[in-house]
Amino acid sequence: MASDTKQLSLPGFEQDLAAWQSRYAKEIGEDKPVFNRSGIAVKPLYTPADWSGEAYDTDLGFPGQAPYTRGIYATMHRGRTWSQRQLIGLGTPADYNDRVLKLLDAGASAISLLPCNSGFRGVDGDEAPLALLGTCGTVVNTTDHMDRALKDVPLADISTAMNDPCPFTLLAFVLGVAKRRGVPWEQITGTSNQSDYISHFVANHMFYRLSLPGSRRVLVDHVAFCRQHVPNWNPISVVGQHMQQAGATPAETMGLTLSTAIQYAEDCAARGLDMDDVLRRFTFFFDISISVFEEIAKFRAGRRIWARIARDRLGAKDPRSWRFKFHGQTSGVDLTAQQPLNNIARVTTQAITGILSGLQSMHTDSYDEAISCPTEEAARIAVATQNILREEAHLCDVIDPLGGSYYVETMTDQMAAEIEAVIEKIDRAGGMYAAVECGLVQTLIGHSAREFQERIETGKEQVVGVNCYQDENAVFAEPEPYRPDRDAMAAHIADLKTYKAARGQDTVQRQLDRLARTANSTDENIFAAVVDTAEAGLTHGEIIACLRRELGFGQPLVVA
Amino acid sequence: MTDRPDPPVRVLVTKIGLDGHDRGSRIVAAYLRDAGMEVIYTAPWQEIEAVVTLATQEDVDVIGLSTLATDHLIVPDLMVALSANGLDHVRVVVGGIIPEGEKKDLYTAGVKGIFGPGSSRDEIVASVQELAAEARQSKLAELRL
Repeated sequence: MASDTKQLSLPGFEQDLAAWQSRYAKEIGEDKPVFNRSGIAVKPLYTPADWSGEAYDTDLGFPGQAPYTRGIYATMHRGRTWSQRQLIGLGTPADYNDRVLKLLDAGASAISLLPCNSGFRGVDGDEAPLALLGTCGTVVNTTDHMDRALKDVPLADISTAMNDPCPFTLLAFVLGVAKRRGVPWEQITGTSNQSDYISHFVANHMFYRLSLPGSRRVLVDHVAFCRQHVPNWNPISVVGQHMQQAGATPAETMGLTLSTAIQYAEDCAARGLDMDDVLRRFTFFFDISISVFEEIAKFRAGRRIWARIARDRLGAKDPRSWRFKFHGQTSGVDLTAQQPLNNIARVTTQAITGILSGLQSMHTDSYDEAISCPTEEAARIAVATQNILREEAHLCDVIDPLGGSYYVETMTDQMAAEIEAVIEKIDRAGGMYAAVECGLVQTLIGHSAREFQERIETGKEQVVGVNCYQDENAVFAEPEPYRPDRDAMAAHIADLKTYKAARGQDTVQRQLDRLARTANSTDENIFAAVVDTAEAGLTHGEIIACLRRELGFGQPLVVA
Repeated sequence: MTDRPDPPVRVLVTKIGLDGHDRGSRIVAAYLRDAGMEVIYTAPWQEIEAVVTLATQEDVDVIGLSTLATDHLIVPDLMVALSANGLDHVRVVVGGIIPEGEKKDLYTAGVKGIFGPGSSRDEIVASVQELAAEARQSKLAELRL
């Protein structure tokens, strides 16, 4: 490596390094090469020959100073720790409310609502098999449902993330609830944290929602509307998590996520939105895998590259617009169904990694998430894990505590180079939107998923209880999976049907016609129409069905 | 006729229900394809009727269903629909997350194999080969009736 030959003004350094190298070679025997998940070779030792700190000012700077490698705020966790934002989604709105209030009481500080998979599929609860409803996510189809889900949750004081892809019906319901409760929209804080339709297309195949061009337009409408009417809401969360969970390596994930962010920023600019105004509200959402130092390097590199992209490429002038704000979720893919209690150790390791990376908001997985939607006890342990790390472990005393580590800084630079190579590849393909249209991104992710699986099959990647230490499997009892109360769900769906039938059908049709006209116009804001339509009492499924008819159905872009 | 080699196994790899995560099903599809089988791969979120139609039109021997988020709970409905459409010979296997206590319901409904986390490539490929041979025997038997 070129840096090995760098001349250092440390007396005796070269000789001592050479002496260590020969001793190491003699004692280690066969030195098997080690690679991280992004394919970067990892050396046994890093020294000032690898990273000397010469570029400290340009590459690192201080916390709160561009390029923000060491953190986006001057005080970081010493001033304010991360939001404890647990992703919750189960059963009926009443079940959700019960779980949320309990976890807020246990130490969670922010909310995240996961809708039932039927909602992701784009339909109401009465259009999906009852057996599947509420098993993974909450059945929230109307403003009334949202009101029930958020009962006794002070909307003006608590940040509420909605896992809400285009066309953002959940936020529309929240805005309706705020109106009913007399809470001005200016006081609503939170994030549309599944707004990244591109990640859905490439990782979760969300084509059942809307076509790619349709989603593209609705997203910009959503941003424009929120900037005007819900100023403290983050309308965009660029989701690297989906891609990493689907198989992209950590470096690929960061590159693809930043390319996606560039695409969204450029789409907003093309609409005439002010870059500084929009980028200040950009947020990111990532997976934290168990590959500790690689993840820390991923996040530090991501912060640095995004600051430069926002400034130099997107032309944002205010340094606050260059901040890379991110939510981290401990990686579910690393969890095992085998020996499930071991997942508590995995989640703890991932959470420490996220904290050391300087995240702004975190979800810790429950140990039973490889089996089912979390049970209450498991969810409480996940919250307690964050409490312990925050209160007991002294992780927040020092900002960017790994900054200046020869290893972490070298790896940050190497990950940065990999990430920039991915961004270049996507640029050459014509940007992220075009790269997704032609299947390039899906191919990339598919290949990496396959390679990782082969590493597990061949034992190159060791997973306790899966390809090593399986003997213990027998002594671990499988936790009872969470299943919602079937009768309560049936009653919830019966109520929904009654509600739908009791509305004035002329009004319903008029609203849908209006929504359709807006969708067919070129200059009206579709999300504004979604908000009106939801307020008029229409449901999630009705709104999506109408927009699908007008904007088109997505096409599957599966590349195996 | 005896000289002609058996045509390759035909497998439909798909997902029914409400979940869209397909990392596992894509990898398994690639494993089966690499083992020389003809794989018909669909995007996730298929309706049961669509799976029955595809299985009929593509004359598959085996259907592999991936389920991670409780979609296995409607697999018995698929089994009934297959049977109602004269596809009793088609062997159905399920891969993904099936809690221990819910496996019995799937076997009772006629599912022939369940591949949980940690199942190896060789195990999956061998089992699908074997079930496909069974499916062909059973189809012949059905035709002779």
